[in-house]
Amino acid sequence: MPAGVFCLGGAPLVIYSLLVLSSPVSGHGSRTGAAFAHSAIARGHSIHRVFFLDAGTLNGSHNSILPQDETDPAASWEALHREHGVELVLCISSALRYGMLDATEAARHDRSNATINPAFSVSGLGQLVDACAHSDRLITFGG
Amino acid sequence: MGEAAKKPVLVVMRHSPYGSSLAKAAVDVALAAAAFEQAVDLLFIGEGVLQLLPGQESHKLGKKNIGRQLASLPLYDIELVYVDAEAALRYQLDIASSPVNAQLLGPQEMRQLMVGYDHLLGL
Repeated sequence: MPAGVFCLGGAPLVIYSLLVLSSPVSGHGSRTGAAFAHSAIARGHSIHRVFFLDAGTLNGSHNSILPQDETDPAASWEALHREHGVELVLCISSALRYGMLDATEAARHDRSNATINPAFSVSGLGQLVDACAHSDRLITFGG
Repeated sequence: MGEAAKKPVLVVMRHSPYGSSLAKAAVDVALAAAAFEQAVDLLFIGEGVLQLLPGQESHKLGKKNIGRQLASLPLYDIELVYVDAEAALRYQLDIASSPVNAQLLGPQEMRQLMVGYDHLLGL
């Protein structure tokens, strides 16, 4: 059992953070990651933070539209934030490359509008480093 | 950064330097961890060993030079990186010409290395 993990009623409760490298439209890493997070919380564990890097930042798009008979992993991430207050952070340097702008970055770079879902925030790699330091387990999806 | 205890991190570099943007992302993660004074080491496996090739002319691709970024690791107190010996042999990588001091590890040694860290970041 990792340091910092404690037991309640016999089940070890773990603080997880997630690193998501998968885009929502390619492969299934994003869908699996979101499902893992919901299941972990349902079992009493906690998700400290989800950090999206590289193509993973596309999960924060407010503009992608999927066919009606496909499930959108982005909705599952958004629900994680809405229902459980989980912090969803897009790596800023990846986000800019992929056109994922919050209102501040859109204004800074003279773009007409923000492109990310407000459930997500944009920040630096320090947030991933911090997540490592504050979590028992860091799980990577995609890559 | 909060007051949590340092947790040693091994960043496992798995991707070729310019085939995707993941190699650059991995280098950025390693440098960020070192800049925040975390205990971080790097292990290059599979095609990731190609990041250690000397003389990368990445400007011809309009990309930042990953070899040059790796050469800056000692500035962050990372003096030595670890390299999958089988992959180095397969890709004919001469670690004597690597941009950063590198040590070859066999499969058993890589396994022993990995268990010494709280977190493995493979990208």
